Amino acid sequence: MIDKFVSSRSEALEGIADGSVILLAGFGAGTPEYLVAGLIEQGAKDLTLVVNAGGRDDGPIADLLATGRVKKLICSFVRPASVAGRLYQAGKLDLEIVPQGTLAERIRAAGAGVQAFYTPTAADTLLAEGRETRIINGRNCLLEYPIHGDVALIDAWEADRWGNLTHRESARNYNPIMAMAAKMAIVQTAHVVPLGAIAPANVHTAGVFVQRVLHVPG
Amino acid sequence: MFKPLDRNGIAARIARDIPEGWFVNLGIGIPTGVSDFVPEDREVIFHAENGVIGIGPAPAPEDINPYLVNAGVQHITLRTGGAFVHHADSFAIARGGHLDLCVLGAFEVSENGDIANWARSPDEPVKQVGGAMDLAVGAKRLWVAMEHNTKNGGESRIRRVCSYPLTAKGVVRRVYTDLAVLDVTSAGFVVVDMVEGLTFEALQERTEAQLVPSSRHGRA
Repeated sequence: MIDKFVSSRSEALEGIADGSVILLAGFGAGTPEYLVAGLIEQGAKDLTLVVNAGGRDDGPIADLLATGRVKKLICSFVRPASVAGRLYQAGKLDLEIVPQGTLAERIRAAGAGVQAFYTPTAADTLLAEGRETRIINGRNCLLEYPIHGDVALIDAWEADRWGNLTHRESARNYNPIMAMAAKMAIVQTAHVVPLGAIAPANVHTAGVFVQRVLHVPG
Repeated sequence: MFKPLDRNGIAARIARDIPEGWFVNLGIGIPTGVSDFVPEDREVIFHAENGVIGIGPAPAPEDINPYLVNAGVQHITLRTGGAFVHHADSFAIARGGHLDLCVLGAFEVSENGDIANWARSPDEPVKQVGGAMDLAVGAKRLWVAMEHNTKNGGESRIRRVCSYPLTAKGVVRRVYTDLAVLDVTSAGFVVVDMVEGLTFEALQERTEAQLVPSSRHGRA
Protein backbone atom coordinates (compact mmCIF):
# COMPACT_ATOMS: atom_id res chain seq x y z
CA MET A 1 0.00 0.00 0.00
CA ILE A 2 1.33 3.40 -0.93
CA ASP A 3 1.24 5.73 2.04
CA LYS A 4 3.25 8.94 1.96
CA PHE A 5 2.07 10.21 5.34
CA VAL A 6 4.66 10.66 8.05
CA SER A 7 3.78 11.06 11.71
CA SER A 8 6.12 13.82 12.87
CA ARG A 9 7.93 16.88 11.64
CA SER A 10 11.33 15.35 12.36
CA GLU A 11 10.37 12.32 10.26
CA ALA A 12 9.17 14.64 7.48
CA LEU A 13 12.48 16.51 7.38
CA GLU A 14 14.79 13.59 8.05
CA GLY A 15 17.87 13.40 5.88
CA ILE A 16 18.00 16.98 4.60
CA ALA A 17 21.74 17.32 4.08
CA ASP A 18 24.10 20.27 4.43
CA GLY A 19 24.48 22.05 1.09
CA SER A 20 20.95 21.20 -0.08
CA VAL A 21 18.98 23.37 -2.50
CA ILE A 22 15.66 24.10 -0.78
CA LEU A 23 12.68 25.24 -2.84
CA LEU A 24 10.29 27.10 -0.56
CA ALA A 25 6.80 27.74 -1.92
CA GLY A 26 4.49 30.60 -0.98
CA PHE A 27 3.51 34.11 -2.00
CA GLY A 28 1.65 35.94 0.75
CA ALA A 29 -0.26 32.69 1.23
CA GLY A 30 0.73 29.07 0.76
CA THR A 31 4.02 29.07 2.71
CA PRO A 32 4.54 25.82 4.71
CA GLU A 33 5.53 27.68 7.87
CA TYR A 34 5.50 24.67 10.19
CA LEU A 35 8.02 22.88 7.95
CA VAL A 36 10.26 25.97 7.78
CA ALA A 37 10.31 26.12 11.57
CA GLY A 38 11.24 22.44 11.51
CA LEU A 39 14.08 23.03 9.06
CA ILE A 40 15.50 25.65 11.44
CA GLU A 41 15.33 23.08 14.24
CA GLN A 42 16.77 20.31 12.01
CA GLY A 43 19.95 22.30 11.55
CA ALA A 44 21.09 21.68 7.96
CA LYS A 45 23.56 24.36 6.85
CA ASP A 46 25.18 25.85 3.71
CA LEU A 47 21.75 25.83 2.14
CA THR A 48 20.68 27.44 -1.12
CA LEU A 49 17.18 28.83 -0.65
CA VAL A 50 14.93 29.38 -3.67
CA VAL A 51 11.87 31.47 -2.85
CA ASN A 52 9.79 34.19 -4.50
CA ALA A 53 11.18 37.03 -2.38
CA GLY A 54 13.62 37.58 0.47
CA GLY A 55 10.94 38.36 3.03
CA ARG A 56 10.82 41.04 5.71
CA ASP A 57 12.10 41.37 9.25
CA ASP A 58 9.93 38.62 10.62
CA GLY A 59 8.20 35.55 9.30
CA PRO A 60 9.49 32.14 8.25
CA ILE A 61 11.96 33.28 5.56
CA ALA A 62 13.54 35.90 7.81
CA ASP A 63 13.77 33.38 10.66
CA LEU A 64 15.52 30.84 8.42
CA LEU A 65 17.95 33.44 7.01
CA ALA A 66 18.70 34.77 10.49
CA THR A 67 20.16 31.37 11.47
CA GLY A 68 23.06 32.10 9.09
CA ARG A 69 22.68 28.62 7.58
CA VAL A 70 21.61 29.89 4.15
CA LYS A 71 24.67 30.70 2.02
CA LYS A 72 22.80 31.62 -1.16
CA LEU A 73 19.38 33.10 -1.85
CA ILE A 74 17.75 32.86 -5.29
CA CYS A 75 14.64 35.05 -5.54
CA SER A 76 12.94 37.82 -7.54
CA PHE A 77 13.45 40.66 -5.10
CA VAL A 78 14.91 41.61 -1.74
CA ARG A 79 13.86 44.57 0.35
CA PRO A 80 16.93 46.55 1.45
CA ALA A 81 15.42 46.87 4.93
CA SER A 82 15.01 43.18 5.71
CA VAL A 83 17.04 40.35 7.19
CA ALA A 84 17.97 39.24 3.64
CA GLY A 85 18.90 42.79 2.54
CA ARG A 86 21.14 43.36 5.55
CA LEU A 87 22.86 39.95 5.34
CA TYR A 88 23.60 40.55 1.67
CA GLN A 89 24.97 44.05 2.26
CA ALA A 90 27.16 42.69 5.06
CA GLY A 91 28.62 40.13 2.63
CA LYS A 92 27.11 37.20 4.52
CA LEU A 93 24.70 36.01 1.85
CA ASP A 94 25.10 35.34 -1.89
CA LEU A 95 22.20 36.66 -3.88
CA GLU A 96 20.91 35.74 -7.32
CA ILE A 97 18.08 38.00 -8.43
CA VAL A 98 15.86 36.44 -11.09
CA PRO A 99 12.82 38.02 -12.79
CA GLN A 100 9.77 36.41 -11.25
CA GLY A 101 8.47 34.79 -14.44
CA THR A 102 11.92 33.47 -15.29
CA LEU A 103 12.18 32.11 -11.75
CA ALA A 104 8.88 30.25 -12.11
CA GLU A 105 9.81 28.98 -15.58
CA ARG A 106 13.28 27.81 -14.46
CA ILE A 107 11.61 25.82 -11.68
CA ARG A 108 9.00 24.43 -14.07
CA ALA A 109 11.77 23.55 -16.55
CA ALA A 110 13.56 21.55 -13.87
CA GLY A 111 10.41 19.56 -13.18
CA ALA A 112 9.78 19.04 -16.89
CA GLY A 113 13.26 17.94 -17.93
CA VAL A 114 13.89 21.04 -20.04
CA GLN A 115 17.67 21.58 -20.02
CA ALA A 116 17.63 25.29 -20.93
CA PHE A 117 15.44 27.87 -22.63
CA TYR A 118 15.65 31.32 -24.20
CA THR A 119 13.38 34.17 -23.13
CA PRO A 120 13.21 37.88 -24.01
CA THR A 121 12.71 38.67 -20.31
CA ALA A 122 15.72 40.65 -19.01
CA ALA A 123 17.67 40.18 -22.27
CA ASP A 124 18.19 43.95 -22.68
CA THR A 125 18.98 44.63 -19.03
CA LEU A 126 21.85 44.66 -16.55
CA LEU A 127 20.88 41.12 -15.54
CA ALA A 128 22.06 39.88 -18.96
CA GLU A 129 25.60 41.25 -18.61
CA GLY A 130 28.21 38.61 -19.36
CA ARG A 131 25.59 36.01 -20.26
CA GLU A 132 24.60 34.31 -23.49
CA THR A 133 21.99 36.10 -25.58
CA ARG A 134 20.73 35.30 -29.04
CA ILE A 135 18.31 36.85 -31.53
CA ILE A 136 15.36 34.50 -32.04
CA ASN A 137 12.52 35.51 -34.39
CA GLY A 138 13.89 39.04 -34.34
CA ARG A 139 13.89 39.34 -30.56
CA ASN A 140 16.88 39.48 -28.27
CA CYS A 141 16.64 36.53 -25.88
CA LEU A 142 18.55 35.40 -22.81
CA LEU A 143 19.63 31.81 -22.10
CA GLU A 144 18.27 30.44 -18.83
CA TYR A 145 18.89 27.16 -17.03
CA PRO A 146 16.56 25.12 -14.82
CA ILE A 147 16.60 25.31 -11.02
CA HIS A 148 16.53 21.83 -9.49
CA GLY A 149 15.78 21.35 -5.81
CA ASP A 150 17.04 18.67 -3.49
CA VAL A 151 14.03 19.42 -1.31
CA ALA A 152 10.78 21.34 -1.84
CA LEU A 153 8.74 22.53 1.13
CA ILE A 154 5.11 22.53 0.05
CA ASP A 155 1.82 23.74 1.52
CA ALA A 156 -1.49 22.03 0.75
CA TRP A 157 -5.13 22.31 1.80
CA GLU A 158 -5.98 18.61 1.30
CA ALA A 159 -3.85 15.52 0.74
CA ASP A 160 -4.52 11.81 0.32
CA ARG A 161 -2.12 8.94 0.98
CA TRP A 162 -0.87 8.92 -2.62
CA GLY A 163 0.18 12.54 -2.18
CA ASN A 164 -2.49 14.05 -4.42
CA LEU A 165 -2.98 17.65 -3.31
CA THR A 166 -5.30 20.59 -3.52
CA HIS A 167 -4.29 24.15 -2.69
CA ARG A 168 -6.55 26.93 -1.45
CA GLU A 169 -7.19 29.89 -3.80
CA SER A 170 -4.03 31.92 -4.41
CA ALA A 171 -2.11 29.72 -1.94
CA ARG A 172 -1.42 27.51 -4.97
CA ASN A 173 1.31 29.81 -6.44
CA TYR A 174 4.69 28.02 -6.46
CA ASN A 175 3.49 24.83 -4.75
CA PRO A 176 2.75 22.62 -7.80
CA ILE A 177 5.89 23.58 -9.74
CA MET A 178 8.26 23.36 -6.78
CA ALA A 179 6.91 19.90 -5.95
CA MET A 180 7.74 18.88 -9.54
CA ALA A 181 11.25 20.32 -9.46
CA ALA A 182 12.63 18.67 -6.33
CA LYS A 183 13.94 15.18 -5.59
CA MET A 184 12.07 15.25 -2.30
CA ALA A 185 8.81 17.19 -2.02
CA ILE A 186 7.73 17.45 1.60
CA VAL A 187 4.16 18.63 2.16
CA GLN A 188 2.34 20.09 5.13
CA THR A 189 -1.39 19.71 4.63
CA ALA A 190 -4.25 21.25 6.58
CA HIS A 191 -6.56 18.30 5.86
CA VAL A 192 -6.14 14.59 5.28
CA VAL A 193 -8.71 12.96 3.02
CA PRO A 194 -9.28 9.35 1.94
CA LEU A 195 -7.93 8.22 -1.42
CA GLY A 196 -10.51 9.15 -4.04
CA ALA A 197 -12.06 11.98 -2.00
CA ILE A 198 -10.41 14.61 -4.19
CA ALA A 199 -12.24 14.48 -7.52
CA PRO A 200 -9.65 13.32 -10.08
CA ALA A 201 -10.24 16.41 -12.23
CA ASN A 202 -9.61 18.64 -9.23
CA VAL A 203 -6.17 17.39 -8.20
CA HIS A 204 -3.86 20.46 -8.34
CA THR A 205 -0.59 18.63 -7.66
CA ALA A 206 -0.51 14.95 -8.60
CA GLY A 207 0.93 12.52 -6.08
CA VAL A 208 3.70 11.50 -8.48
CA PHE A 209 5.43 14.79 -7.54
CA VAL A 210 5.13 14.27 -3.77
CA GLN A 211 7.29 12.12 -1.48
CA ARG A 212 6.26 12.89 2.13
CA VAL A 213 3.11 14.39 3.66
CA LEU A 214 2.62 15.67 7.19
CA HIS A 215 -0.77 16.54 8.62
CA VAL A 216 -0.58 20.00 10.17
CA PRO A 217 -4.11 20.98 11.20
CA GLY A 218 -4.45 24.72 10.89
CA MET B 1 -4.00 77.79 -15.27
CA PHE B 2 -4.11 74.02 -15.03
CA LYS B 3 -4.35 71.44 -12.27
CA PRO B 4 -2.27 68.24 -12.46
CA LEU B 5 -4.16 65.01 -11.86
CA ASP B 6 -3.61 63.28 -8.54
CA ARG B 7 -2.74 59.57 -8.50
CA ASN B 8 -6.39 58.55 -8.49
CA GLY B 9 -6.98 60.97 -11.35
CA ILE B 10 -4.33 59.25 -13.44
CA ALA B 11 -5.85 55.85 -12.60
CA ALA B 12 -9.32 57.07 -13.57
CA ARG B 13 -8.02 58.50 -16.85
CA ILE B 14 -6.48 55.13 -17.73
CA ALA B 15 -9.68 53.26 -16.83
CA ARG B 16 -11.59 55.35 -19.42
CA ASP B 17 -9.46 53.79 -22.18
CA ILE B 18 -9.84 50.12 -21.22
CA PRO B 19 -12.62 48.53 -23.27
CA GLU B 20 -14.86 45.63 -22.33
CA GLY B 21 -13.32 42.22 -22.88
CA TRP B 22 -9.68 43.08 -22.23
CA PHE B 23 -7.51 40.85 -20.03
CA VAL B 24 -5.35 43.19 -17.93
CA ASN B 25 -2.50 43.11 -15.39
CA LEU B 26 -2.04 46.14 -13.13
CA GLY B 27 1.34 46.83 -11.54
CA ILE B 28 1.98 48.14 -8.05
CA GLY B 29 1.52 51.86 -7.33
CA ILE B 30 -0.74 54.09 -9.41
CA PRO B 31 -1.81 51.20 -11.71
CA THR B 32 -3.32 49.18 -8.83
CA GLY B 33 -6.01 51.86 -8.49
CA VAL B 34 -7.17 51.57 -12.11
CA SER B 35 -9.62 48.71 -11.47
CA ASP B 36 -11.56 50.89 -8.98
CA PHE B 37 -12.52 53.18 -11.87
CA VAL B 38 -13.68 50.54 -14.34
CA PRO B 39 -17.49 50.44 -14.07
CA GLU B 40 -18.80 47.11 -12.73
CA ASP B 41 -20.93 46.46 -15.81
CA ARG B 42 -17.88 46.67 -18.09
CA GLU B 43 -16.38 43.17 -18.12
CA VAL B 44 -12.63 43.62 -17.84
CA ILE B 45 -10.69 40.66 -16.40
CA PHE B 46 -7.83 41.53 -14.07
CA HIS B 47 -4.87 39.18 -13.57
CA ALA B 48 -2.35 39.06 -10.72
CA GLU B 49 1.12 37.49 -11.01
CA ASN B 50 0.49 35.08 -8.15
CA GLY B 51 -2.03 33.18 -10.25
CA VAL B 52 -5.33 35.02 -9.81
CA ILE B 53 -7.58 35.56 -12.83
CA GLY B 54 -10.63 37.76 -12.29
CA ILE B 55 -9.80 40.01 -9.33
CA GLY B 56 -12.85 41.68 -7.82
CA PRO B 57 -13.17 44.64 -5.45
CA ALA B 58 -11.45 44.74 -2.06
CA PRO B 59 -13.34 42.71 0.57
CA ALA B 60 -15.20 44.09 3.58
CA PRO B 61 -13.16 43.36 6.75
CA GLU B 62 -15.52 40.53 7.76
CA ASP B 63 -15.14 38.90 4.32
CA ILE B 64 -11.33 38.67 4.25
CA ASN B 65 -10.05 35.31 3.03
CA PRO B 66 -6.39 34.84 4.11
CA TYR B 67 -5.79 32.49 1.16
CA LEU B 68 -6.78 35.09 -1.43
CA VAL B 69 -4.28 37.89 -2.09
CA ASN B 70 -2.98 39.86 -5.07
CA ALA B 71 0.62 40.38 -6.18
CA GLY B 72 1.02 43.15 -3.59
CA VAL B 73 -0.17 40.68 -0.92
CA GLN B 74 -3.34 42.73 -0.34
CA HIS B 75 -6.60 40.91 0.40
CA ILE B 76 -8.88 40.72 -2.61
CA THR B 77 -12.07 39.05 -3.81
CA LEU B 78 -12.64 36.94 -6.91
CA ARG B 79 -15.23 37.78 -9.54
CA THR B 80 -17.71 35.15 -10.66
CA GLY B 81 -15.92 33.34 -13.50
CA GLY B 82 -12.50 33.79 -11.93
CA ALA B 83 -9.84 31.10 -11.75
CA PHE B 84 -6.57 30.20 -10.07
CA VAL B 85 -3.44 28.90 -11.79
CA HIS B 86 0.03 28.08 -10.49
CA HIS B 87 2.92 30.53 -10.75
CA ALA B 88 4.45 29.19 -13.98
CA ASP B 89 1.08 29.28 -15.75
CA SER B 90 0.45 32.73 -14.33
CA PHE B 91 3.68 33.97 -15.89
CA ALA B 92 2.91 32.05 -19.07
CA ILE B 93 -0.09 34.39 -19.24
CA ALA B 94 2.27 37.37 -18.88
CA ARG B 95 5.17 36.14 -21.04
CA GLY B 96 3.14 34.27 -23.63
CA GLY B 97 1.31 37.29 -25.01
CA HIS B 98 -2.05 36.58 -23.37
CA LEU B 99 -2.47 39.96 -21.66
CA ASP B 100 -4.23 42.57 -23.78
CA LEU B 101 -2.74 45.21 -21.52
CA CYS B 102 -0.28 45.65 -18.70
CA VAL B 103 -0.07 48.96 -16.84
CA LEU B 104 3.15 49.54 -14.91
CA GLY B 105 4.55 52.38 -12.87
CA ALA B 106 7.98 53.68 -13.90
CA PHE B 107 10.82 56.04 -13.05
CA GLU B 108 11.39 56.95 -16.70
CA VAL B 109 10.18 56.22 -20.23
CA SER B 110 12.16 57.10 -23.36
CA GLU B 111 10.93 58.14 -26.79
CA ASN B 112 11.69 54.74 -28.32
CA GLY B 113 9.56 53.03 -25.67
CA ASP B 114 12.24 51.93 -23.21
CA ILE B 115 11.04 51.63 -19.62
CA ALA B 116 13.10 51.97 -16.43
CA ASN B 117 11.20 50.98 -13.30
CA TRP B 118 13.29 48.70 -11.11
CA ALA B 119 16.52 50.43 -10.04
CA ARG B 120 17.66 54.02 -9.71
CA SER B 121 21.31 53.17 -10.37
CA PRO B 122 23.37 50.23 -11.69
CA ASP B 123 25.22 50.30 -8.35
CA GLU B 124 22.15 49.91 -6.19
CA PRO B 125 23.24 47.25 -3.71
CA VAL B 126 19.97 45.36 -3.37
CA LYS B 127 18.01 44.61 -6.51
CA GLN B 128 14.23 44.54 -6.63
CA VAL B 129 13.14 43.08 -9.94
CA GLY B 130 9.90 41.22 -9.18
CA GLY B 131 7.78 40.49 -12.25
CA ALA B 132 8.15 43.76 -14.17
CA MET B 133 10.64 42.47 -16.77
CA ASP B 134 8.36 39.54 -17.62
CA LEU B 135 5.25 41.71 -17.91
CA ALA B 136 7.02 44.40 -19.93
CA VAL B 137 8.21 42.06 -22.69
CA GLY B 138 5.21 39.76 -22.70
CA ALA B 139 2.02 41.85 -22.72
CA LYS B 140 0.37 42.73 -26.05
CA ARG B 141 0.50 46.37 -25.01
CA LEU B 142 2.28 48.16 -22.21
CA TRP B 143 1.05 51.44 -20.78
CA VAL B 144 2.90 53.36 -18.10
CA ALA B 145 1.34 55.40 -15.30
CA MET B 146 3.61 57.89 -13.54
CA GLU B 147 4.09 61.50 -12.52
CA HIS B 148 5.43 63.61 -15.39
CA ASN B 149 8.25 65.10 -13.32
CA THR B 150 10.22 64.00 -10.25
CA LYS B 151 9.05 65.31 -6.90
CA ASN B 152 12.44 66.75 -6.03
CA GLY B 153 13.78 69.09 -8.65
CA GLY B 154 11.03 68.57 -11.20
CA GLU B 155 13.22 66.51 -13.57
CA SER B 156 11.35 65.15 -16.57
CA ARG B 157 10.59 61.43 -16.47
CA ILE B 158 9.75 61.56 -20.19
CA ARG B 159 13.21 61.22 -21.73
CA ARG B 160 15.04 61.03 -25.03
CA VAL B 161 17.10 58.26 -23.41
CA CYS B 162 16.49 56.66 -20.01
CA SER B 163 19.15 57.45 -17.42
CA TYR B 164 18.17 54.62 -15.06
CA PRO B 165 18.78 50.89 -15.70
CA LEU B 166 16.27 49.51 -18.19
CA THR B 167 13.48 47.07 -17.42
CA ALA B 168 12.89 46.43 -21.14
CA LYS B 169 13.63 48.06 -24.49
CA GLY B 170 11.12 49.45 -26.97
CA VAL B 171 7.97 48.11 -25.33
CA VAL B 172 5.96 51.10 -24.01
CA ARG B 173 2.99 52.07 -26.21
CA ARG B 174 1.44 54.87 -24.14
CA VAL B 175 2.23 56.95 -21.06
CA TYR B 176 -0.34 58.47 -18.69
CA THR B 177 1.04 61.21 -16.47
CA ASP B 178 -0.49 63.80 -14.15
CA LEU B 179 -0.23 66.26 -17.06
CA ALA B 180 -0.81 64.40 -20.30
CA VAL B 181 -1.35 61.22 -22.28
CA LEU B 182 1.51 60.49 -24.70
CA ASP B 183 1.70 57.84 -27.40
CA VAL B 184 5.10 56.35 -28.22
CA THR B 185 5.41 56.47 -32.02
CA SER B 186 8.17 56.24 -34.61
CA ALA B 187 8.01 60.07 -34.71
CA GLY B 188 8.50 60.32 -30.93
CA PHE B 189 6.05 61.14 -28.14
CA VAL B 190 2.72 62.28 -29.59
CA VAL B 191 0.52 64.27 -27.21
CA VAL B 192 -2.95 62.71 -27.36
CA ASP B 193 -4.42 64.46 -24.32
CA MET B 194 -3.53 67.13 -21.75
CA VAL B 195 -5.13 68.30 -18.51
CA GLU B 196 -7.49 71.21 -19.01
CA GLY B 197 -5.77 74.58 -19.24
CA LEU B 198 -2.32 73.19 -20.12
CA THR B 199 -0.77 74.33 -23.41
CA PHE B 200 1.47 72.25 -25.65
CA GLU B 201 4.28 74.77 -25.04
CA ALA B 202 3.94 74.57 -21.26
CA LEU B 203 3.97 70.75 -21.45
CA GLN B 204 7.09 70.81 -23.65
CA GLU B 205 8.82 73.06 -21.09
CA ARG B 206 8.31 70.33 -18.48
CA THR B 207 9.47 67.53 -20.79
CA GLU B 208 13.03 66.59 -21.73
CA ALA B 209 12.03 64.62 -24.85
CA GLN B 210 10.74 66.40 -27.94
CA LEU B 211 6.93 66.27 -28.10
CA VAL B 212 4.82 66.06 -31.23
CA PRO B 213 1.39 67.70 -31.27
CA SER B 214 -1.49 65.40 -32.10
CA SER B 215 -3.68 66.24 -35.08
CA ARG B 216 -6.57 66.29 -32.65
CA HIS B 217 -4.54 68.38 -30.24
CA GLY B 218 -6.34 69.16 -26.99
CA ARG B 219 -8.65 66.90 -25.08
CA ALA B 220 -8.92 63.45 -26.61
